[in-house]
Amino acid sequence: MRLVLVLAAGLLAAGTALAKDPGPGGRLAAACALCHGSAGRPASAAVSAIAGMPKSEFVARMNAFRDGTRPATVMHQIAKGYDAREIELLAAWFAALPKEAR
Amino acid sequence: MKTFDRRDFLKLGGAAAALSAAGCATTGAKARVVVIGGGFGGATAAKYIRLWDPAIEVVLVEREEAFTSCPISNLVLGGFTGMDTVRHGYGGLQRYGVQVVRDEAVAVDPAKKTVRLRRGGDLAYDRLVVSPGIDFTYGDVQGYEAAMQSGRVLHAWKAGAQTVALRRQLEDMRDGGVYILSIPTAPYRCPPGPYERASVVAAYFKAAKPRSKVLVLDANPDVTSKGGLFKAAWKDLYGGILEYRGNAKAVGVDAGGGTVRLEVEDVKGDVLNVVPPQRAGDIAVQAGLVTHNNRWCDVDWRSMESKAAPGVHLLGDATLSAPGMPKSASMANNHAKIAAAAVIEQLSGRAPQPLKIINTCYSFVSGSDGIRVSSVHQWDEAQKTLLAVKGAGGVSAARSAAEGNYAWNWARTIWADSLG
Repeated sequence: MRLVLVLAAGLLAAGTALAKDPGPGGRLAAACALCHGSAGRPASAAVSAIAGMPKSEFVARMNAFRDGTRPATVMHQIAKGYDAREIELLAAWFAALPKEAR
Repeated sequence: MKTFDRRDFLKLGGAAAALSAAGCATTGAKARVVVIGGGFGGATAAKYIRLWDPAIEVVLVEREEAFTSCPISNLVLGGFTGMDTVRHGYGGLQRYGVQVVRDEAVAVDPAKKTVRLRRGGDLAYDRLVVSPGIDFTYGDVQGYEAAMQSGRVLHAWKAGAQTVALRRQLEDMRDGGVYILSIPTAPYRCPPGPYERASVVAAYFKAAKPRSKVLVLDANPDVTSKGGLFKAAWKDLYGGILEYRGNAKAVGVDAGGGTVRLEVEDVKGDVLNVVPPQRAGDIAVQAGLVTHNNRWCDVDWRSMESKAAPGVHLLGDATLSAPGMPKSASMANNHAKIAAAAVIEQLSGRAPQPLKIINTCYSFVSGSDGIRVSSVHQWDEAQKTLLAVKGAGGVSAARSAAEGNYAWNWARTIWADSLG
């Protein structure tokens, strides 16, 4: 029984550490996880890690993808699907994520 | 932290009744969500519900011990990677507190809100997520089931044992042989998948048995996805190896004679890879979730809730696709996030909010070079569905090794996003 309680507490702690109320920014950002990872950290260095990226840099990059001034293989096509309000939401969400895995 | 081993799966699997009895009262969970099917849709839904609201108990019912990814499995057929690359365990989901029950859901009672398990009794739920994948309508191709039972004709359109068997057939085929890939009428799982398969098998032949041929018999009038990019690769890389025929629908197969029967002629081959027409997976049929043409399941795209059964969310390839939306792993993964957000809202008595999502599908045209198609989909209040955002999305400028690298990053990242 004690083991079960310890196990349950362990699961709960793990869940709490990983869990975060996503709010509108987190829900919108979840679609980016296909290539950029669940927490803004992709599986390889081929793709930009966006966790912890300063908000202003994220917004500038997305705008540069949108207007074609930043070269890209795919992001110029994806960025055009998001408006200024949505880019702000995404920027704030990713800026608040830790750069390194906890 | 303790991770569950196989014995724990089995214990849980035989203990649906115990899980039900434990219920919300003793665990303190505010509700229980049962998820049927641990593919890109179901696994992602289970994870994200726990990630976004750990107060909800999540039980994932999956009949296989491990997940086998269809994306990248064509590279296994070409001999460019192994099955271990595409097989992934469910251990990662337990980090989020998902309870994985290894059993098969055989029936759903939406009125009583229970799922019947093959081995373990009934499982009660507050909301249900069904991610059934596809099954085949074998009867559409005369002689198919007998030919498949004999092991002579394979689809390998669910990655797993058939992938291994088809690779074996390709290895055993004589140099100078003909590999036939028959593609069903759209919609089917993974629109570019057949053309990727034809390409990487041609790459294998070119290197290992260059007198051999890939013959693509497509029921559709033309290549259904990334047509320009695939055809350029075929012309540049596989001239004399790969032949494509549109409007070539397989209506029958004869394993003994080694023939695929089209409407007007019979075509002979050495390896017969006939992919039959598809529909929503069996459990969706059983649960009464199929609404369209006896094949697909219509949903409310704000919540992924079934149009046929309130309280039941339906994800992935089994959906009646929204306009311009492919049956892809990326879409199933993002359907799951719509459903996760909706489930959390609905369990709190709030209305689900529409969610904008992205599709990105990479394909290999050789062992190393990739191509891609992307789109962004958002809720349209007038048409009450998800529509592709105009001006966004598109395909790769050209095939490249860089796109191949991005394809591998996509695969590894979506596996981690879906499975923990």
